[in-house]
Amino acid sequence: MTREEIESREDESMMDAPQINKPKPEEFFNVNYLRIYYGNLFPYSDIHKWLSYGHDGKHPGCDEYYFGRREFSFTLENDVYLRYKSFKNASSMEDAIRSHFPYKIDIGAVYSVDPDKRHAYSQTGSNVFTPVERELVFDIDITDYDDVRYCCSGADVCSKCWPLMTVAIKVIHTSLTEDFGFKHILWVFSGRRGVHCWVCDPKARRMTNEQRSAVAEYFRVYKGNENNARKVALMGYSLHPFLARSYVDYLKGFFEGELQATQSIFSTKDKYEKILAMISDEDIQSELRGKWENSARSSLSEEAISLVRWEQLKNTLQSKKHKAPTLRMCVEEIVFTFTYPRIDLEVSKQMNHLLKAPFCVHPKTGRVCVPIDPNNCDEFDPLAVPTLSQLIEEINSGGSRMDVDDDSDDSDTSLLGKSVKFFRSSFLEPLLKSCKEEIESSYKTKIGKSKDSLSW
Amino acid sequence: MEVIRSQKRTPSNDTVSNPKIPLYLSAPQMEVRLEEFELFAVDRLRVLKGVSDGLARGRNPKEMDDLVDTLWKEHMRDPDASVMLNKDIISHFVLRLVYCRSDELKKWFLSMETALFRHRFRLQNFEAQRAIVGEFGLPYKAVTGAELEGLKERLGQVVRSLGQISPTVEAVYYKVPFEEVPDLVASRRVLIQKGFAFVAGSQLVSLVVTQFRSHISKALILTNRKWTTTIREREKDRLTPIVEALSTSYLGPDYSQSTEYAEISLKDIDQVAKSSFPLCMRHLFEKVREDHHLKHGGRMQLGLFLKGVGLKLDDALAFWRAEFTKKVGSERFDKEYAYSIRHNYGKEGKRTDYTPYACQKIILSAPGAGDHHGCPYRHFSEDNLRAALGRMGLSSRGMEGVMDQVRNKHYQLACTMTFEAVYGTSCDAGINHPNQYFEESQKILKSKTPPAPV
Repeated sequence: MTREEIESREDESMMDAPQINKPKPEEFFNVNYLRIYYGNLFPYSDIHKWLSYGHDGKHPGCDEYYFGRREFSFTLENDVYLRYKSFKNASSMEDAIRSHFPYKIDIGAVYSVDPDKRHAYSQTGSNVFTPVERELVFDIDITDYDDVRYCCSGADVCSKCWPLMTVAIKVIHTSLTEDFGFKHILWVFSGRRGVHCWVCDPKARRMTNEQRSAVAEYFRVYKGNENNARKVALMGYSLHPFLARSYVDYLKGFFEGELQATQSIFSTKDKYEKILAMISDEDIQSELRGKWENSARSSLSEEAISLVRWEQLKNTLQSKKHKAPTLRMCVEEIVFTFTYPRIDLEVSKQMNHLLKAPFCVHPKTGRVCVPIDPNNCDEFDPLAVPTLSQLIEEINSGGSRMDVDDDSDDSDTSLLGKSVKFFRSSFLEPLLKSCKEEIESSYKTKIGKSKDSLSW
Repeated sequence: MEVIRSQKRTPSNDTVSNPKIPLYLSAPQMEVRLEEFELFAVDRLRVLKGVSDGLARGRNPKEMDDLVDTLWKEHMRDPDASVMLNKDIISHFVLRLVYCRSDELKKWFLSMETALFRHRFRLQNFEAQRAIVGEFGLPYKAVTGAELEGLKERLGQVVRSLGQISPTVEAVYYKVPFEEVPDLVASRRVLIQKGFAFVAGSQLVSLVVTQFRSHISKALILTNRKWTTTIREREKDRLTPIVEALSTSYLGPDYSQSTEYAEISLKDIDQVAKSSFPLCMRHLFEKVREDHHLKHGGRMQLGLFLKGVGLKLDDALAFWRAEFTKKVGSERFDKEYAYSIRHNYGKEGKRTDYTPYACQKIILSAPGAGDHHGCPYRHFSEDNLRAALGRMGLSSRGMEGVMDQVRNKHYQLACTMTFEAVYGTSCDAGINHPNQYFEESQKILKSKTPPAPV
């Protein structure tokens, strides 16, 4: 189901120009399918449990209104957009989704008051409606790599370029856990061409915009636009330990291995000129260009040619890198340009930014936004993710004994069941356990304090 | 802080620990004379505006350190250290009142005070800096022993990644939650492990600036509340008018008395307009010559400028008469226009000697249809501005720099760049008054022309 239209990044809307000779969207995504999906398959109670963060009302320390202060937004058929929706509990959320059948559900921040009652508080003049908590989120989209992937462009994704996402997950996930000490991280397939990351630790949820911005900038390496050839500039005499670890553990191996096989980035003149432009010394450029132009007629495979040329480039730069400061880490810069994660900074920087909910269905592909296991992300194949029509087919053929809300159902081997099970066991359960511990301990502290104040 | 009219002054209690840079944590318990209230604030405002100018010009941190040092010595110094400290504290709190009153004012004040604090901090020695960190009551522990040993290699990597070829890992590192040093995290200037950043002693400034900024930001909100609920009304005859005037004040010379440099006579005026007038006045002048008329806004802006430039009243009358009578006739000129020219020179009515407009005022004016006053960098369309700059002799490269400033709404910087391009020299002070442009220009031209042979 690959599509050939070139779409701009912002154009995630439903309003496609009429397409000729393409599979009709209705064949894999339509309101009827959505009805069935949201009627039988969407894991309402798991989502509710997650976003309640332990405030299930069963402990005196719980804030029973916490879930109700979370903003959701629905995008309906024909681009109708409903913001500031909020729900008291799981069943009112389910009722709302099953009456609208939204094409997309976004999750926003937890606010100081119920989003749908925000106007009631605005008469006081001061701004009482503000975000109070929000997961730290990241959005990586493969179209941001279009200048370094040759197999696809735009909305397309294939097994040759998807590994870029795999590497991105590894680099970011390692940093989030090792450097920042976060523990409750959920990675989700965006449904078509990218991944989202939700960091759900309490510390993360309480970060200010400035702090989010700092983390996003910490991850940022690629700068610039079509006007600069050298978009990764690594200054100094060594890499920062985070970048060094990423390079040694993930990027170098990927670049010299899988990337050469799938992209052959040196095999044609167009391709290698782009790389030569990253070397800020004309003499070195000419030297290499000379070697490669002459060896154009070779019987080696594209991949082999690429590897040979890469070795030549490395050797040349190694011997000449003292010529100028900008050559010092030129090799690393090239590797980073082709492999290092490119996150969408704007998504991460603001608390009120909305992001698509896990387990939504992508309208353009019909695929479900399923979680990805960061510790096994090499195995994830975006083209094997269950689609709406496959799920419906499964239901119709009686193949699934699905009762998604039944937590005890371990024998569920249906297409979606595997993902829900993973969500529960690797993410939700550890998260809820730690949330409950936190609620309990802060309650005890509060009680302890008031006890002290009563003593004479 | 109590504002009084008497001569009495009691010493401040805020100097208990006598830090070199006060943290403005609480309003000082002292009495302030009314005159000092305004004077101190104006001096501090000069410093803040100097900081703002420096930042807008993209000065690097070292240059900003020097700038702040100079500004502070120029405006805030006093031989008596405790007087100097009092002035520092009082002026800050007065300006809080002035700048708490809108989001835009708050944002500016917060940025400038934070920048001022940052560079004053950087100018202190390490001991003084540590003392200030202590003042904030920050609970950070120094990393020692085995933990430090284990981190040494990576700390060295961080230092090398910042451009130092041989890593000198400092003696002292603080283990700080990464949330407290966002700017160090963002620029990858620290090692981060399990949620903690390892901040070098020399990077303390980041820590304290974040704290300072956060504190002032909260304080401004509280001050605003107090202002709107009680202070503004209570002080409406005393402090409120001063406070309201302070945020829009122009702080340079007023050019109401022309200097020897600037005396021009009628016969030189065309030549001088071409060589030394800033764009706004050139435009108005050209329009007078062309249309033999100017509407009121233009007459005021140009007329007062010409007064500041040294045109005597009689010459001014002659100039305007010569042009206007071509359109409206001599009788109408005497009846309708001559009076107001004399008025501008303080020879009529309440005899106020009006001062020529500063850039600030000109930029804020709103020229309508048929008007030619205002600031061309702001009020002209891009094409018209380019054409006008071309006529002033700017190359296309020089023009790009100017247009860039215009796009960023830095109109005075655009005019300054024009000045620098036309005269081939730098103007560090920045243009903030058309008469200043004229005087500087005349200085340069006079220094280039050889003295007339005897």
